Amino acid sequence: MTGGTSILGKDLVGLEPLSAAQIRTVLDTAEHFKDVSERRIKKLPILRGKTIVNLFFEPSTRTRVSFEFAQKRLSADTVNVAAGTSSVVKGETLVDTARNLEAMSIDMVVIRHPASGAAQFLGERISSNVINAGDGRHEHPTQGLLDLLTLRDHFRRIEGLKVCIVGDVLHSRVARSNLWGLTKLGAEVAFCGPRTLMPPRMEELGVTYFPRVEEALEWADAVNVLRLQLERMQGGYIPSLREYNRFWGITRARLEAAPRPVLVLHPGPMNRGVEIDSDVADGPQQVILKQVANGVAVRMAVLYLLAGGQPERARIVKEVVEA
Amino acid sequence: MSPRPLLIRGGRVVDPSQGIDAVLDVLVMEGKVALLGAGLDLPPEGRVLDARGMVVTPGLIDLHVHLREPGQEHKETIATGARAAAAGGFTAVCAMPNTDPPVDDPAAVGFVVAAGRRAGAARVYPVAALSVGLKGEALTEFGELVEAGAVAVTDDGRPVMDSGLMRLALEYAQAFGIPVADHPEDLTLSRDGSMNEGVVAARLGLRGKPNAAEEIHILRDLLLAELTGGRIHIQHVSTRLGVEAIRLAKARGVRVTAEATPHHLLLTDEAVDGYRTEAKMNPPLRSAQDRDAVREGLADGTLDVVATDHAPHHYDEKEAAFDDAPNGIVGLETALGLVYGHLVRGGVFDLPTMVERMSCAPARAFKLPGGTLRPGSVADVTVFDPEGVWICDPDRFLSKSRNTPFRGWRLQGKPRYTVVGGEVVWEASKGGGEGSVEKD
Repeated sequence: MTGGTSILGKDLVGLEPLSAAQIRTVLDTAEHFKDVSERRIKKLPILRGKTIVNLFFEPSTRTRVSFEFAQKRLSADTVNVAAGTSSVVKGETLVDTARNLEAMSIDMVVIRHPASGAAQFLGERISSNVINAGDGRHEHPTQGLLDLLTLRDHFRRIEGLKVCIVGDVLHSRVARSNLWGLTKLGAEVAFCGPRTLMPPRMEELGVTYFPRVEEALEWADAVNVLRLQLERMQGGYIPSLREYNRFWGITRARLEAAPRPVLVLHPGPMNRGVEIDSDVADGPQQVILKQVANGVAVRMAVLYLLAGGQPERARIVKEVVEA
Repeated sequence: MSPRPLLIRGGRVVDPSQGIDAVLDVLVMEGKVALLGAGLDLPPEGRVLDARGMVVTPGLIDLHVHLREPGQEHKETIATGARAAAAGGFTAVCAMPNTDPPVDDPAAVGFVVAAGRRAGAARVYPVAALSVGLKGEALTEFGELVEAGAVAVTDDGRPVMDSGLMRLALEYAQAFGIPVADHPEDLTLSRDGSMNEGVVAARLGLRGKPNAAEEIHILRDLLLAELTGGRIHIQHVSTRLGVEAIRLAKARGVRVTAEATPHHLLLTDEAVDGYRTEAKMNPPLRSAQDRDAVREGLADGTLDVVATDHAPHHYDEKEAAFDDAPNGIVGLETALGLVYGHLVRGGVFDLPTMVERMSCAPARAFKLPGGTLRPGSVADVTVFDPEGVWICDPDRFLSKSRNTPFRGWRLQGKPRYTVVGGEVVWEASKGGGEGSVEKD
């Protein structure tokens, strides 16, 4: 560990502000951390003595657990705070929370919050590093990074890939992080789903839109299938989950009709039988559990880099510990 | 007790109501304009205001402010708002009724009138609620509200969703000679949006309000005004199509007046980038194309008046995640410096046009005293320094609130004297407020 300024800046709020080089550095660094989780003793002393707060204003199991494993495998001291899991937590609380954290000299804060911009809001008010674990419908950068890593593992490249994000793009922070990450690394991005679940003016973001999933599967090398929340039906965005599955669900028949094998990603948790059928979720073309495994490695890389770690030293640090 | 005579000497008097733009003296006696002329003599007991190098205009009038009293006095009171107005060069403001409780009965109207008088700064005219409790269900007693001092009715902030009720308001108001003011917004379309619907919202992951949400209600209001022959006043127009619709309606003879705010004239939704809550307002900041159309509409008179939609909020309330922050910005103490400094000096329209839009037209729209320096009219006068330049520093505002996206902007056109009914209610050298800061 060298300390000093991180190559990612102080905070990781999203992938939109990052350069292609910064994103590649995270992915390359994550490569070094992948096999730590395979060892008998899954621990490196890299963040020993660092204190990290996982501040979750929204319920989350997989992201929180993934961050916590990443932190523990790097020997950080972590505290989990689940604040106001029942309803929207007002900004006033966020200001006071920020001040309290600042007073306790926390090194890093991992925040998930229902309001877009909450991570940036916190980052502007405290000197600790802030990592966005999902803010409203804005970004979920570590999810975007782990999706990139999983795609790169499979295709050995990102550049030139055609990736379609299918489903509720409008409400999805995963979609935005994927969009920025993929386009910065030279992939082509499309969105697919009913227009009611697409962001208005999305064409200006540089994406192609497929109203029908068959067209998307004909075009794509990979699809990232977003979770369709039951609330969207209640909000009137779609008439029924049944009809959604019928016209936009990723089914085995649709995959088989595609001209070439399409890789299937899903950020989880899945609604089997809605946006993805079980025989796809458990089938040969999906990499859903590889995404989960990569999630830990990517988060280790982000923690390491934000703490001031040098990308080129990640391997050395790890090998010294191994010896 | 009538005030001492006043001689405003040697300024450039710009009064479009009389077609005057010349260096003249203005003599004020017993609270009224007595005479305009060169080399006028001051009665012995009078006071001279040296206006050499200054611009002298009929007092500026803001048809759209929120003074928050009663109920939200931590944001603003009628007194602080009236003083902020005077410091910004305004001699009169129209206070919106969405207070707590709302101004929907004659007693509440009377309270605003009395508190405004007590403030002894800019005049405060109440605009009363259009519907009982601002609920959009039943009309308030327009006649009694007008008798108590209301100058218009509106449910501003709580758009009238029931078109039938809007029709009734436009018909019923005609007996009392007042306009119906409307905040045009179809809430079923703007839903839970917190900024303009566009590419910035898509990037930030914020829910948008489409232009159509505003335009549908502008078109509705214009159609209903045409249907009923009533007088509609469209508040804070922010879209290109909204401007075009009003232009068309005027050509058809519809009795419509409309507002443009300084922020919709000068900013776009790019100002929201970074989740800047000080750029959150309703209607939201729109695209550059919309901003340009609003400018053009104000320049050609399609939009009649500049109104600030002065909307104070406590700093705590804006210090929040974007979705959680309230809408609105303060405007009274920046309006003149923005409109004169950036639009008149920027060549969008000339000084007489500015005076028309900020004084004469507002007085006509709500039938208020002032808006002219014609002898015999009330002596509401604004004197400002056209070369006075300052940097917007909200910490110096006389308003209780600081929520402005214009912090750090260069403003030009600094208020020097604000005269209401022949009394100097504010002057730069001792009044406080941003206008008192010398920075040239």
